[in-house]
Amino acid sequence: MSVDAFRYHRIPSDAEPLRAQVREFLQETLKDRPALRRADSWMGADPAFSRELGRRGWLGMALPKRYGGSEAGPFARYVVIEELLAAGAPVSAHWIADRQSGPLILRYGTESQREKYLPGICRGESYFCIGMSEPGSGSDLASIRTRAVREGDSWVLNGHKLWTTNAHHSHYMIALVRTGDKTSARHEGMSQFIIDLKAPGVTIRPITDLAGGQHFNEVFFDNVQLGADAMIGLEGQGWEQVTAELAFERSGPERFLSSIALLHTLIEAIGRKPDAYQAREIGRLTARLFALRQMSLSVTAELAAGKNPAWAASCVKDLGTGFEQDLPEVAQLLLDTLPAVGSGSDHAQVLASLMQMAPSFSLRGGTREILRGIIARGLGLR
Amino acid sequence: MNNMREIFESTIERLLGDMVTPELLRACESGAWPAELWAAIEESGFAVAAAPESHGGAGASWDDLFVIVRAAGRHSLPLPLPEAMLGNALLGQCGLEAVSEPLSIGAHGALSMYRGRISGTLHDVPWGRHVKQVVAVTHGGEPMLVLLDTAQARCEPRLNTAGEPRDDLHFDNAEVSASAELPQGVPADVLHLGGALLRSAQIAGALQGVLAQTIQYATERVQFGKAIGSFQALQHHMAVLAEHTGCTSVVAECAFAQSQDAAGGFAALPIASAKICSAEAAGVAASVAHTVHGAIGFTHEHALHLSTRRLWSWRSEFGNATHWSQRLGLAVCQGGAQALWPTITVGQLALAAINSGVTA
Repeated sequence: MSVDAFRYHRIPSDAEPLRAQVREFLQETLKDRPALRRADSWMGADPAFSRELGRRGWLGMALPKRYGGSEAGPFARYVVIEELLAAGAPVSAHWIADRQSGPLILRYGTESQREKYLPGICRGESYFCIGMSEPGSGSDLASIRTRAVREGDSWVLNGHKLWTTNAHHSHYMIALVRTGDKTSARHEGMSQFIIDLKAPGVTIRPITDLAGGQHFNEVFFDNVQLGADAMIGLEGQGWEQVTAELAFERSGPERFLSSIALLHTLIEAIGRKPDAYQAREIGRLTARLFALRQMSLSVTAELAAGKNPAWAASCVKDLGTGFEQDLPEVAQLLLDTLPAVGSGSDHAQVLASLMQMAPSFSLRGGTREILRGIIARGLGLR
Repeated sequence: MNNMREIFESTIERLLGDMVTPELLRACESGAWPAELWAAIEESGFAVAAAPESHGGAGASWDDLFVIVRAAGRHSLPLPLPEAMLGNALLGQCGLEAVSEPLSIGAHGALSMYRGRISGTLHDVPWGRHVKQVVAVTHGGEPMLVLLDTAQARCEPRLNTAGEPRDDLHFDNAEVSASAELPQGVPADVLHLGGALLRSAQIAGALQGVLAQTIQYATERVQFGKAIGSFQALQHHMAVLAEHTGCTSVVAECAFAQSQDAAGGFAALPIASAKICSAEAAGVAASVAHTVHGAIGFTHEHALHLSTRRLWSWRSEFGNATHWSQRLGLAVCQGGAQALWPTITVGQLALAAINSGVTA
């Protein structure tokens, strides 16, 4: 690998005009959205909002038109999603489908799978979650035990997924499960399935997070019948497919923009005359935000060129979540504001909310330690 | 993607890879001026490349020249090539002829002009004792870009942590070799801004070198029966070093590319971001590299310090992280929260020149 892979990539000029349209739409649509709700960012769900984005052609932007996409390309999509995040729009319902499931189905799906799932994703009507972690398998993903067993033409699924973000308002899960025999090597014998979450035998139980929010779930599979067409990609290739997918998951702007609501309330609360310390810290945060965006655009260009920059995506996520976790730490030092729940100033409430969310940033989508392991492998150390 | 840049990079890589050896660097630290190396660089045309063709240059863009400055950093080039490139770019912008002999810049201090003659002091002039000419901007009244022959200056020699000359030059009623008003839109602290741009790319290059050396050492050095690079604690240190290396390189490259289009030739927001991130990365990188290298990396004999001692100075030169953070933070707060995101996407923000070191 070469660190030279991080090369400056300007957003192409034909993608930029879209920005003004998106901003205008968001300014009008979100004008009454309070700061605390904006802080939900990509954890805030609103199906009506998702459908409106679909109607405007702002979902599935990198997907072909024959499946309902707009073929606008990865940078037009980037412009739209970064504007949505910066405005604190409620994008959670469709987020994973648009970011990850759609591209995965396009890449590995059969023609009939593409025709079945992609149009609904593009309309903002069909929502996906990702089934990876299990009770005994967090960072050690290859140790999963949920298993699909072949029965004639179809499969029977049994097992238990955990920490599944958005399962409670998703229609489908794309799950990584075991399909090989018990003797197969750790990274072999796994496959991906698209699971209809309304199917008999699927049970979803929300898990309340430490601040009382409900974003993640546990999902049980009890003899769930899966048709032959439920498998996505090749039998036994699940690990490779998941690894490729993770570069999309780890390099996007949600890895450094999900707390921007706090930077906004902080700047407002400090006002136009910062002291030297406040100015320094706001400047430092701004510089890091600016740089992270350039890194993320660089990885987007690599992905658009058909490469799999797994280690570079991990760099973006590790530095990005570090930035996001520093934000509430810095904010509570800059102003003598008590973090407040239920009432209080916008800043006090957003501070309380994101301070409590912050530990999850370096857990979801791969822990800091896993990411650094991937980077070390890229450096030839493993 | 960018053909010119690839030619530039392979050319400078060959030139510096052959000529800038640890022995040469040690000799320069003892006070030598590598005249043969300067001659080779002069021959390459890079020092004058940023000036327009009509004024003795090649009309090369900052976008293309980024790789030259980064390579200078990667090889610890003991010459003011980046400074000469900046000086010549500004001479060209002002309609003056490029200078191919050794040239530096004086970004700090105060010079006044009276009846066409110059008095005052320039501080921390890179290789001030060795260069023939220095580019500076006068203070008081309309800022003028001036080219001064250093033979007229009284030189007070100083060194940075890497033993690179950073000299004070005192001028008393000196003649100017050339002068011109700064063009519209070019700020009076343009040398400070441009210097920060240069150092961010040099730091990016030095980080590449430090990362490569550190990985190599970690795969060769054996303790507890295995290469130390196989220990997770050290792997994670080096992963962080790689993150900062990638970050610094892309944000520095962005600052060069966006300066190409900026009014006045220098994009303040990307430059400030690049200097802040590179300064922070410099500290992290030196710390990780010395941790991994252990005691051998702390010796004068080992080559690691040829990069790390530069990082410790370069991060502070032309404004340290606090200087740029405060200017950036003040401008962001004055713009208000609503302006933050549009500012980031456009990449433009005017920074007030507080405490810039430009005023005496």
